Amino acid sequence: MAVEVEGITKRFPGVVANKDITFKVRRGTVHALCGENGAGKSTLMKILYGVQRQDEGTIKVNGQEVSLHSPSDAIKTGIGMVFQHFMLADNLTVLENIVLGAEKLHGIGGEARAEIQRISAEFGVDVNPDALVADLGVGDRQRVEILKVLYRGAKILILDEPTAVLVPQEVDELFDNLRELKAEGLTVIFISHKLDEVLSVADDITVIRRGTTVATVDPKTVNARELAELMVGSELPTPETAESTVTDKVVLSMKGIILAGTEGRDLLQNIDLDIHAGEIVGIAGVEGNGQAELVEVIMGMREPSAGTVHLEGTDISDWEVREIREAGVGYIPEDRHRHGLLLDAPLWENRILGHQTESPNVKGQLIDAKAAKADTERIVAEYDVRTPSIHVTAASLSGGNQQKLIVGREMSHNPKVLIASHPTRGVDVGAQSSIWDLMRQARHEGLGVLLISADLEELIGLSDTIRVILRGKLTGTFDPDTVTSQDLGAAMTGADGSHDEPHAAATESSEPHQDAR
Amino acid sequence: MTNANARRLMLTVAAPILALGVAFILTSLVLLALGDPVKDVWITMLSSPKPRQITNIVNGAIVLYLSAIAVAVGFKMNLFNIGVDGQYRVGSFAAALFAGQAWLPGYLNIIVAIIVSMVAGGLWASIAAYLKVRRGVSEVISTIMLNAIATGVVSWLLLKVAVRVPGSNAIGTKEIPESSQLAGWQLIPGATNRVYSLLILAILVGFLYWFILGKTRFGFDLRATGSSETAAVASGVKVKRMVMTSMIASGALAGLIGMPLLFGQDHSYGTTFQAGLGFAGIGIALLGRNNPIGIAFAALLWSYLDTQANGLQIRAGVAPELVYIIQGIILFAVVIAYEGTRRLDIRLEQQKVARELAAQRAARATEGAAA
Repeated sequence: MAVEVEGITKRFPGVVANKDITFKVRRGTVHALCGENGAGKSTLMKILYGVQRQDEGTIKVNGQEVSLHSPSDAIKTGIGMVFQHFMLADNLTVLENIVLGAEKLHGIGGEARAEIQRISAEFGVDVNPDALVADLGVGDRQRVEILKVLYRGAKILILDEPTAVLVPQEVDELFDNLRELKAEGLTVIFISHKLDEVLSVADDITVIRRGTTVATVDPKTVNARELAELMVGSELPTPETAESTVTDKVVLSMKGIILAGTEGRDLLQNIDLDIHAGEIVGIAGVEGNGQAELVEVIMGMREPSAGTVHLEGTDISDWEVREIREAGVGYIPEDRHRHGLLLDAPLWENRILGHQTESPNVKGQLIDAKAAKADTERIVAEYDVRTPSIHVTAASLSGGNQQKLIVGREMSHNPKVLIASHPTRGVDVGAQSSIWDLMRQARHEGLGVLLISADLEELIGLSDTIRVILRGKLTGTFDPDTVTSQDLGAAMTGADGSHDEPHAAATESSEPHQDAR
Repeated sequence: MTNANARRLMLTVAAPILALGVAFILTSLVLLALGDPVKDVWITMLSSPKPRQITNIVNGAIVLYLSAIAVAVGFKMNLFNIGVDGQYRVGSFAAALFAGQAWLPGYLNIIVAIIVSMVAGGLWASIAAYLKVRRGVSEVISTIMLNAIATGVVSWLLLKVAVRVPGSNAIGTKEIPESSQLAGWQLIPGATNRVYSLLILAILVGFLYWFILGKTRFGFDLRATGSSETAAVASGVKVKRMVMTSMIASGALAGLIGMPLLFGQDHSYGTTFQAGLGFAGIGIALLGRNNPIGIAFAALLWSYLDTQANGLQIRAGVAPELVYIIQGIILFAVVIAYEGTRRLDIRLEQQKVARELAAQRAARATEGAAA
């Protein structure tokens, strides 16, 4: 046994994050830890990596009981962690990033390079050590993170939601890497809530629900539905919309939008996009292909270099953010902590944010705190925001409840268009399904919705039309009833040949991918 | 909610008291290390002030209060207006110059001179604001430089217009007419000196600060920008305009700092006009946590220390500059204590929310079981 976890319990005042967690990981296998957001996976992971200490229970590595007080203890016992959010210095090379902080092992010169090349060859994790990290794609960056861990001598790798940032093709490459690691005798603990991935790569699956391990199952004998039911304790919600409510009334129309970039290539190239009342238009794309810029142009946070945006026939291209929001464009930002909330402010002040000029929040030039508070109470009740009070800070709510507050706020000002950027990112399954319900309801009420998401299932399930964005260009239109994740993935990376810039495609979808296979 | 407020109030009060305790201990250690009479120093510092000194403390606090409010307006926006010092010099000089001409009678002269001072301070601050908005120059750097420039410019202009102050070697602007001098109020019983009449100005400024920041749309936008610039942009705040406005407002308020001194005591701007008030304001705003009431207490404490330190040389044989060490340690300690209590507060609140939600869930579960 590589790792044996026995009776781990971790309490935080008022909550039990982990309760009697027990599972065994066999050496040389990929072991998946599976559970919905908030089930206690991240706490368990922090305990395994020495970031936090368990209150009860024991951890054995290779049969020896270990006491992990810090990540460096964990590294010494051969446990390495690949975080979901990469911790790489963009302006350093791959080699420099790997060596950074581990200079004592093999120096920083030729010896380190030789060691990296040896590890790369042995485990089939291939990245050019002299490439600048800034130039690497997401898949390569992840490989650098894995190399970092291997370089430090890890025999047990913990991967936290490693596929969250990858497109399907990159996921396949990652899984090939994992199989290679396994073949070389390493052990991989793979944390995920994506069932099909877990089923395809894992040798054993341990399911965590509400902070405790409910079962360890063999992927050969369970199917996705059974696994899902283990995870949530009931049937999993699906993001399906009922019959079409699309009308022929265009509510938001973008024509010939160009946004010039600083380095030659335009960030948005000639975008033409119509959103009809009662329609959800989904935008699929690998992150960083212009989705954020598209939203910023609509919201008035950036001025397009050319082209127009019309809201119900009115040209809003030159309007300020505030005017656009007042005119009825609701905004669910991609990063709610940075763009949607004042984390230190109470919920009722957050209810005012973004609608500082609108009733019921203000009377003339004055803030109407009483009315705003009353309306916050209404939103909390109507949108099922789980909070003890509207006076607690936004930071003290869970991600799902923060998001429900934002959705409630945006829906409270009679929007005509809703711009929803990754609306269910980082929220738990319960909140996810209620946010999907709210989007469907918005569509039913005749809103035009622009849905940007990295979750292809969500896009396919909710959208009436799916457009693919690649390097600032809308390259394909798909019917969600007939499209598959694989088709979308191909279009998102330009691998379907739809893209007409072979040169740019070659430089960016980095060749080493092919070598890794 | 009342619980949360009680907790927050307790933390708010506990932090500065803790900081004062730390300052007391560390200062004692410094004195011990240097072989100075620790006991005599504290007897002097903590002796109860005489009525005359109380007046001085209040007067000092009025000026410091205005300075700290000017700084706090910037702080609320995450703008570090280090330039309050230069802005109040420029403003005071302009006001003294104007009022000295006696173009207007009595109180009207005072009111217009105050406006002149605000405009001058605001204009001076607008240079830094413009550089920040248009050129991305950090306001910390530009305002520090502008302080040095302000000192030079004012001295130079002073030489051009100065008259000799009767009975001394100092020079200053022309004295303001007697009809525009404010005698002050006899507020402290038993004191022969008077509290500045412009105490009302400080109270008015404190009230407006509280009202505008806490109750108006503009204040909401300003606080939102300070708390998260990205969220403010997404909510429709024009951040650049906000930076301009708040920096200029901070400068205009800085223009008020010298007014109680000008009309209540000095009656002209000269080489002896009190310096360094802008820097003290930074510390006081920090200590008072940008809160109008907190700043009032902080300003009184600062002024109390300043005043009490005057007796150190005579009564304890220690240089009064010791007070700077005390004030410095208080600031250090308070910054650390505030950060500590801020984190504690967040943690306590998150725990409380988690606990109450767990209780709600449990209640729902039992309801469900009963049904």
